[in-house]
Amino acid sequence: MKYPFPVGTNDFIQGDEAIARAAILAGCRFYAGYPITPASEIFEAMSLYMPLVDGVSIQMEDEIASIAAIIGASWTGVKAMTATSGPGFSLMMENLGYAIMTETPIVIVDVQRSGPSTGQPTLAAQGDVMQAIWGTHGDHSLIVLSPATVQEAFDMTIKAFNLAEKYRTPVVLLTDAEVGHMREKVNIPNPDEIELLYRKLPQSDEEAKFPFGDIHGDLIPPMPIFGKGYRTYVTGLTHDERGKPKTVESEIHEKLIKRIVAKIENNKKDIIEYETYDLDDAEIVIISYGIVARSAERAVKILRKEGIKAGLLKLNVLWPFDFELIEEIAEQAKKIYVAEMNLGQVYHMVKEGANGKTEVELISKIGGEIHTPYDIIGEIKRGL
Amino acid sequence: MRKEVLIGGFGGQGVILASVILGRAIAVYEGLYAVQTQAYGPESRGGASRSEVVISDEPIDYPKALAPDYAILLSQEAYNKYLPLVKEGGIIILEKDLIPHRNSELEKKLKVYALPFTEIAEEEVGLSLTMNILVLGFFAKVSGIVSEESIKKAVLDSVPRGTEAINTRALEKGFELGEKALKGQI
Repeated sequence: MKYPFPVGTNDFIQGDEAIARAAILAGCRFYAGYPITPASEIFEAMSLYMPLVDGVSIQMEDEIASIAAIIGASWTGVKAMTATSGPGFSLMMENLGYAIMTETPIVIVDVQRSGPSTGQPTLAAQGDVMQAIWGTHGDHSLIVLSPATVQEAFDMTIKAFNLAEKYRTPVVLLTDAEVGHMREKVNIPNPDEIELLYRKLPQSDEEAKFPFGDIHGDLIPPMPIFGKGYRTYVTGLTHDERGKPKTVESEIHEKLIKRIVAKIENNKKDIIEYETYDLDDAEIVIISYGIVARSAERAVKILRKEGIKAGLLKLNVLWPFDFELIEEIAEQAKKIYVAEMNLGQVYHMVKEGANGKTEVELISKIGGEIHTPYDIIGEIKRGL
Repeated sequence: MRKEVLIGGFGGQGVILASVILGRAIAVYEGLYAVQTQAYGPESRGGASRSEVVISDEPIDYPKALAPDYAILLSQEAYNKYLPLVKEGGIIILEKDLIPHRNSELEKKLKVYALPFTEIAEEEVGLSLTMNILVLGFFAKVSGIVSEESIKKAVLDSVPRGTEAINTRALEKGFELGEKALKGQI
């Protein structure tokens, strides 16, 4: 197969462009979107590439329709993606819930900008973390990834597709205007070096009767493909293992929702990914993610030179969340700082994880500029 | 090794493209790491335009310039705003004709190259629009952080089709002037 961009080489491209190329390499062949800064470059790239790889890129009337279109596409057996930013992401919340409830593998990219509402369209923020995890109503779970570099934007897009397929779930790639728009060196591997996963399909007519049943004991039902001869009922209403609406039987609802949550929670170790920097003997621990983790890493290097035992925990996955890991760190650290571009979101999860074992403080910054290393260092020194 | 380059001017001078080409030369052709960021929004339309390239031989943590080692300043506004940020002992390259008001106190601590780049592009290359590429050639030579070959490849990757010849001429003019500047002939 010929790709419409160079593979097996290094390139110097924007984060948005890297996400589009990674999606193509992950096998995505359907993209639906509505333009919005700072995510439009993903749509532009998809519009250019999709026709060249026999895929489809379509502009919908809005973001509600965009996510609806990719859910439909996914049920036809095609890997599908949409990308947006805050205002569009808000519109997607209803159908994000539908994708969770119908266990539809899709990838949603949110290139965060400042909000609420239309806010600061061109500037970065990390204000959508709680929305990505809890924005849709009802009890649920899903997967949220957070890249800090253009390379990670590329790698995590592939990971997002793999996790979506493996766990039959929507995955949110939660990046920001800074990563989306910066250009950086990125290695685009040869396609045959990329490990790709594809959803579990029913192996028999009998299996196909239970598109929502845990028939393999791994909590993940096989997913039939529309048009392949199976009659499948897909609904956002509470449904039984065959997909039939059962809206008043409490035990059916409980079983369904607990399985949807458990398939993510029970596989935390497989899904969660994090990096540490000088963490082993750290007395001051900075926890950060996305673009801000790069400022935090710099801050740790500078603090270490000054003899302050600082370390970094960089979260690559924001949900599911490793509360136990945070507690372990809290037991060792004198103080934990959470650096993020909002008024405190992951901070609250860290506080819960720390479980009172040590003090947790927020280093917050909003307005569009990322933390400088000295913003972080200044806060830490004030607390010494 | 971490080097920070800041390029400032006004919209239309090709500030962003120059920084993208520099980053590409470093990341793709020199085998090092580079990250390029830019100011978007109103700043990218006619007003002040600013772009940064951070270069390193290892993965880059903080992606922005903290204290630029190099600054290419192409307007009075950019000069006024960004000159104070440049690291002591840093190299600055100025578009002389567009920066009539200079701060000799701050410049004392820096290595300064000031040339009428737009005029040179107009008169010696034949197109004032190629000023950004000419400056890039000059920068490559006086900074020594990127080879002629790498920057040339990156220019050819990046300029619109049909403009390769004139941009190559601009780049080579920049090399030539940079060479002279290094020898103290300018």
